[in-house]
Amino acid sequence: MSKQYETVIGLEVHVELATKTKIFCSCSTEFGGAPNTHTCPVCTGMPGSLPVLNRQVVEYAAAVGLATNCSITRKCKFDRKNYFYPDNPQNYQISQLYEPICRNGYVEIDTPSGTKKIGIHEIHMEEDAGKLIHDEWEDCSLVDFNRSGVPLIEIVSEPDMRSADEVIAYLDKLRLIIQYLGASDCKLQEGSMRADVNLSVREVGSEKLGTRTEMKNLNSFKAIARAIEGEKERQIELLEMGRPVIQETRRWDDNKESSHAMRSKEDAQDYRYFPEPDLPPVIISDEWLEEIKARQPELRTEKLIRYKKEFDIPDYDAQIITSSKKMADLFEATTALCGKPKKVSNWLMVETMHLMKEHDMEADDLKFSPENLAKLIDLADAGTINSSVAKEVFEKVFLDDIDPDQYVEEHGLKTVSDEGALRSVIEQVIASNPQSVEDYRNGKEKAIGFLVGQTMKAMKGKANPGLVNQILKELL
Amino acid sequence: MSLMSLTALELGKKIQAKEVSAVEAAKEALGQIKKLDGSLNCFVTVEEDSVLKKAEEVQKKIDAGELAGPLAGVPAAVKDNICTEGVRTTCSSRMLENFVPTYTAEAVKNLEQAGVVVLGKSNMDEFAMGSTTETSYFGPTRNPWDTEHVPGGSSGGSCAAVAAEECSFALGSDTGGSIRQPSSFCGVTGLKPTYGTVSRYGLIAYGSSLDQIGPIGKDAADCAAVLEAVASHDPKDSTSMKRDSYDFLSALDEDVRGLRIGIPKDYFGDGLDEEVKSHILEAAKVLESRGAVLEEFDLSLVEYAIPAYYVIASAEASSNLARFDGVKYGYRTSEYEGLHNMYKKSRSEGFGPEVKRRIMLGSFVLSSGYYDAYYLKALKTKALIKQAFDRAFEKYDVILGPAAPTTAPKLGESLSDPLKMYLGDIYTVSVNLAGLPGITVPCGTDGKRLPIGMQLIGDCFQERKILRAAHAYEQTRAYTHCPLAAEQV
Repeated sequence: MSKQYETVIGLEVHVELATKTKIFCSCSTEFGGAPNTHTCPVCTGMPGSLPVLNRQVVEYAAAVGLATNCSITRKCKFDRKNYFYPDNPQNYQISQLYEPICRNGYVEIDTPSGTKKIGIHEIHMEEDAGKLIHDEWEDCSLVDFNRSGVPLIEIVSEPDMRSADEVIAYLDKLRLIIQYLGASDCKLQEGSMRADVNLSVREVGSEKLGTRTEMKNLNSFKAIARAIEGEKERQIELLEMGRPVIQETRRWDDNKESSHAMRSKEDAQDYRYFPEPDLPPVIISDEWLEEIKARQPELRTEKLIRYKKEFDIPDYDAQIITSSKKMADLFEATTALCGKPKKVSNWLMVETMHLMKEHDMEADDLKFSPENLAKLIDLADAGTINSSVAKEVFEKVFLDDIDPDQYVEEHGLKTVSDEGALRSVIEQVIASNPQSVEDYRNGKEKAIGFLVGQTMKAMKGKANPGLVNQILKELL
Repeated sequence: MSLMSLTALELGKKIQAKEVSAVEAAKEALGQIKKLDGSLNCFVTVEEDSVLKKAEEVQKKIDAGELAGPLAGVPAAVKDNICTEGVRTTCSSRMLENFVPTYTAEAVKNLEQAGVVVLGKSNMDEFAMGSTTETSYFGPTRNPWDTEHVPGGSSGGSCAAVAAEECSFALGSDTGGSIRQPSSFCGVTGLKPTYGTVSRYGLIAYGSSLDQIGPIGKDAADCAAVLEAVASHDPKDSTSMKRDSYDFLSALDEDVRGLRIGIPKDYFGDGLDEEVKSHILEAAKVLESRGAVLEEFDLSLVEYAIPAYYVIASAEASSNLARFDGVKYGYRTSEYEGLHNMYKKSRSEGFGPEVKRRIMLGSFVLSSGYYDAYYLKALKTKALIKQAFDRAFEKYDVILGPAAPTTAPKLGESLSDPLKMYLGDIYTVSVNLAGLPGITVPCGTDGKRLPIGMQLIGDCFQERKILRAAHAYEQTRAYTHCPLAAEQV
């Protein structure tokens, strides 16, 4: 490669909002459910039905806009995007083109060379489509409209990103903000957050943007990173060969780690957008905006400051714990129950992280309750169970959210602190390990460790380790 | 005397007084339909089996004192673009020939709540596109005054059914004159309410920003009573408006003394039939003699209303009718290869030529590169037309003019020249563009014994004023039954 190239990336991120009901009707948004059970005349596009806007959608969209420094359009409007496809019951999607709810925002990401602002061009509200199910045996296609009308926001960034790392940092930032707002769970794998990557390359120093492509079907951060690398290389290769990059939409195949063209600009559809006549403009009054602002929850930056002040936990720990809303919520709820922030942080930072790695889980997959973690911490803290038993019990809490009190009771895991009982076991251990006793008496301090271990083994791990040490020394 | 020759309110009164029952009324209506509808074709669907049962249920409620409204037990027709649960709703199109809605439109629910007995679904121009009811897939409706002539459209079935006394009143819908023009052609009274007054939930949309359901009856009092019954603030329709008052009947108690009536000179120029013109001006004089103050004025922009209307209505229609694709309901072609071909064949075979013409026109004006030149310009024109009316209503309470430039043309005369047919909407479309209420009142017949209608237009939410004027005028002349219905009496 003789020339130096720069990659220019902009993102279109779709986020499914966590409302209980759909954007234009009162059907449930709950996932699953037999096909076409969460439907009504509105979300199946029956003739004569009319949309009614869900207020919560506006509030979530505005909340995301406020948290990403956008200006809120005080009189925003909906438009119809016309295209024929069977997953779209009306053959138009109600979206926003001319007056989207949020404009001109930004988020800050951390890069090796410092903080960088990524501009947000706009955020708009729209409805999701249904799902097509192709039955190859019957040679037919079926439509499930349960997802039809589920509210989405589309966050359109400026072309401000220059690498896969920046893209991941931006997405991570967006995800955290939205999760903290409670506006969505933002799961890429499950499709509640979807990102399309617009990418072009140009020679370093060039002011003019190159021809861009749009990459779709990116279902994980890893796939996004791979797709960016792949598309960057493909475009540079074309340019090096003196061939043009064609403006087109491409589909990423993460298994093959390559993409193929879906449609070019020439056969792009004319969506014939026009103002949605069934919905009056949405007027966001001063009062309403103030209400939304007042309800904005504490975001990560504020949490970090508070954790340090209120709980005095290390900066590193606070960073990790607040890196997911789920983890932060667990931390705060458990701390509120047991009043031991440092212990809670420790359990989350060490054992929880360890088990998450072992089971290949994300923080969002955590299932245990703050109640049970708090109980476990109390048990360990009071010396009712010793630390190795505590780890064993925690694994059960982690996997099945069992009640530690009950579990310890049922399995007889309480630490034995009965001196008489311990003494007789230890006497036996001493009697059956004369060599170690000899070594200890000859000044080999380490030998006591073996004897402690033997005692614990005999006690099935439940002995109070301090007490064992003390009795051993005494008897020796 | 036939019960069907009474007005809806007169019949309602007799039912309340237990002089006749809802069942007797329904039977008479069904009898009249049987007699006349074979030649007139006002109805697409008559619910013969269930009508009498519904009437019995209503009568039971009346007897139990649960229904005491003025329309309880009165039989009515509903235009076939208004959804009725379990009863097919076709929009007079092959596309929806077998479409049975799963829900009932809010307006019809309101009627049923008032105890109205719905007889069936009335014929119309396909998807309400047309001015003659000739574009119906189920064949044209004929004008009961002269069956060689059209009843007007698109609510031609509703208006003809009222004129032929096959029902006591009817619901129609009006996007560019579809209640007022056929009312004029059929010699009945039809009201298009202020946009947002009657819920559109369940009205199969043509031009969503212009569509409004309204009543058609023998006189203004019936229209007032039906409007009271159907108008409501409906949370299911975001364009539905909460009005301060839903009392329209009491407006009829007032006279027209001091009522300021503006007569737009632009409505009486070239293209207006001389006989129609003289009858309308005569009717104006009658109102003047009752104490109204007449003044001529220039409304302006009248020539821009038709192009603006056809751009906006067609644009919305092209999108509203996109859902009829053969996938979920309605007509699907029998043989096809792949999705695109299924769409194309189903829509080509399911829609008639006028509907296709407007879908194509609408798709064109919304296309990128043409949007600004046509659609956006039409929206600006719409705003200017509204302003022109606003200025007029600073000076006048009511604007008076014709509803159509001529009386009903003969069958087959209009469809060959769609542009000419569109021009016939000149006096009605601007009312829809401005969202105003308008009423057509019969004011005599021409030399061919075809009815002429006078249109009274009010400012937004001023239905009471136009009802008052219409009622005052009607006090000076008896309702003229069409010859066909008169023979039956």
